Amino acid sequence: MSLAATDEAVRRRDDSAVLRIAEDDGERLEAEAGTSDTSMVMNMGPQHPSTHGVLRLMLEMEGETVMRSKPVIGYLHTGMEKTAETLTYLQGPTNVTRMDYASPLFSELAFSMATEALLGLEVPPRATWIRMLMCELNRISSHLLFQATNGMDIGAVSMMIYGWREREEALRLLETITGLRMNHNFIRPGGVAADLPDGWRDEVLTLIDALPARLNEFDTLLTGQPIYRERLQGVGVINTAECLALGVTGPILRSTGYAWDLRRDMPYLAYDQVDFDVVVGTYGDCFDRYAIRLNEIRESIRILAQILHQMPSGDYRVQDKKVTPPPRARIDESMEALIHHFKIFTEGFKVPAGEVYAAVESPRGELGCYMVSDGSAVPYRMHIRGPSFVNLQTLPHMMQGGMVADAVAIISSVDPIMGEVDR
Amino acid sequence: MTDSVLHVSRDQLTETVAGLRDEGYVSVLDVTAVDYLEHPGRTDLPDEVAPERFELVVTLISHTVPGRTRLRVQVPDDDPTVPTLFDLYPGTEALEREVADMFGIVFEGHPDPSRILMPPDWEGHPLRKDFSVGQIPVQFKATR
Repeated sequence: MSLAATDEAVRRRDDSAVLRIAEDDGERLEAEAGTSDTSMVMNMGPQHPSTHGVLRLMLEMEGETVMRSKPVIGYLHTGMEKTAETLTYLQGPTNVTRMDYASPLFSELAFSMATEALLGLEVPPRATWIRMLMCELNRISSHLLFQATNGMDIGAVSMMIYGWREREEALRLLETITGLRMNHNFIRPGGVAADLPDGWRDEVLTLIDALPARLNEFDTLLTGQPIYRERLQGVGVINTAECLALGVTGPILRSTGYAWDLRRDMPYLAYDQVDFDVVVGTYGDCFDRYAIRLNEIRESIRILAQILHQMPSGDYRVQDKKVTPPPRARIDESMEALIHHFKIFTEGFKVPAGEVYAAVESPRGELGCYMVSDGSAVPYRMHIRGPSFVNLQTLPHMMQGGMVADAVAIISSVDPIMGEVDR
Repeated sequence: MTDSVLHVSRDQLTETVAGLRDEGYVSVLDVTAVDYLEHPGRTDLPDEVAPERFELVVTLISHTVPGRTRLRVQVPDDDPTVPTLFDLYPGTEALEREVADMFGIVFEGHPDPSRILMPPDWEGHPLRKDFSVGQIPVQFKATR
C-alpha cells in the first residue's frame, strides 16, 4: 500500500472533520461557528450516559448533521503516571490496573513485561500460560461489556441485561482465581500472585461450554435484526489509510479489513503456540466493529480450550529471591524469611537502569508501557500508551456528515474506557 | 524486545521520521517524554549525544517487517521546542498535546496546542520532576 497516494485524501478529511478550538475560547468559537447562519457548536457530555464515563464532545452542527467535532478529555485525569513514580515495582500493578478498568489484566501485563525486560528476567512457562489464561478471560469479559453497552446505546436495551449477565460469569471466574472481580493486581513482575485454585479447569470448562450458545443468542437478537443493522451499517466508516495515519490499533483497524494483531504478528507470552484466527471486517463501519468483537469472543474461547490442554506444571512465579517473596509457610519458621518478606514489601527491589517499551494486544488495541529506571526501587518514569486515548482521534473522522444520533453509535463502537484515556 | 533505538537531534527529527515512513513504518504508536532533572548521570546515551533535561521519545511501528523503532531526542531546558510530527502522522496530535501539557515542551506547527488533560487555566506541567507530588494548591476556577 502506498502511503503517499492516500496522504492527500487523509489530510483533506482531517481538515474538514476536526474542530480545533480551545474548550474555553468562547469568542473564537462564535466567530468560527459563524461560517454559516444555520450552524452551531453544541456540547455533548461530559455527563451523557452514552459517552461511557466522562467524555465531552464539541460538535459543530448543521441542523442535525455533524460537521466538525472535537473530543474534549481530561475529566477523569488523576495523574496516575505521576503516582507511578512514587510506587515500587511491586506496587506498580495496583496503580496501572485502575487505568483500563474493563480490562485491567492487560495493563498489569504490560507493566510486568516492561519491568521483567529491564530485570532481564525469564518468566516460568506456567506463569506465562496462566497470564494467557487470565488475559483471554479478561478479553471475553471486556468484549461482553462492549456488547452490553453497545446494545444499550443503539436502543436494544435488553442487550444490557444479557451482556452484563454473561460478563458477570466471566468476572466470577476471575474472582475465583484472583480474589477480586476487577482491579486484580494478579499479574506482577516475576509471574503471577498465586497459583490457580483447585477446580479451575472445571470452572473454565463450564464457562466456555455455556458461552457459545449465549453468543448465538446475541446473533439472534442483534446480528440479523433489521433495525440494529440499519443503525450500524455504513455508519462511522473509516478506511485503513486513515487508521494507520492516526495510529489506530485493535478492532477499529481490523474493521477496515487490515489483519494486524500483536498476538499473531509480534507474538508475546506463548501466543505462537496456540491456534486462532485474526478477525477482520470489510467496510470499517460500526457494524464491522460490533461483529469483530463478537467473533473475537469466539476466538478467545478457542484459545482457552487450548490453554486447558497445554497448561504446563511448575512454578507460577520466578524463583529469583531478589524479586519473589518467600512462601508464606517459610515466614512462620524462619526469621530470615520474615526479614526478606518485610524488605521486599517495604523497600521493593532495585531494577537496573535503562529504558524499555513493552506492548500487548488489549481488547482495544496496542497497550504499551514505556518505562525508565534509574537503578532505584521505583520507576523513574512510567508511561502507558493507551489504545483508547489514540483511538478517540477517529471520532471526528467517523462522525463527519453523519446524524447526531449516529454519534452515539460511533462513540460506542470505538469502545473507549475513559479511565485509560485520562489516566 | 528487540526494538531498535535511534538517537536523533531536534533538527533531524522530521527528516528521520519522514525517512522511516518511506521505509514502511506505517504508524507512530507513541509520543512521550522524560524529565531527566533528577537523573543527570544516565549512562545509556552514546558518547556523541549530549544529555539534556528533557528527552522526547517517539515510537514507530513497521508492519511489513514487524518491529518497532524508538527515537530519542534531547530537548534542552532553556528552549523546550521540537517540530511537530503532525504533518507526517496526524495521529500524533493528541499524543503531542499530552506531552506539551505534562512537560511544557512546545511543538512548533502543532494545529491545536491547547491543554488536553489538565484544565485550560492550569499553571505548571505536572510530570516535570520539579512539580511536587501532593501539597499543590487547588487551581480550579470554581474554588477561587
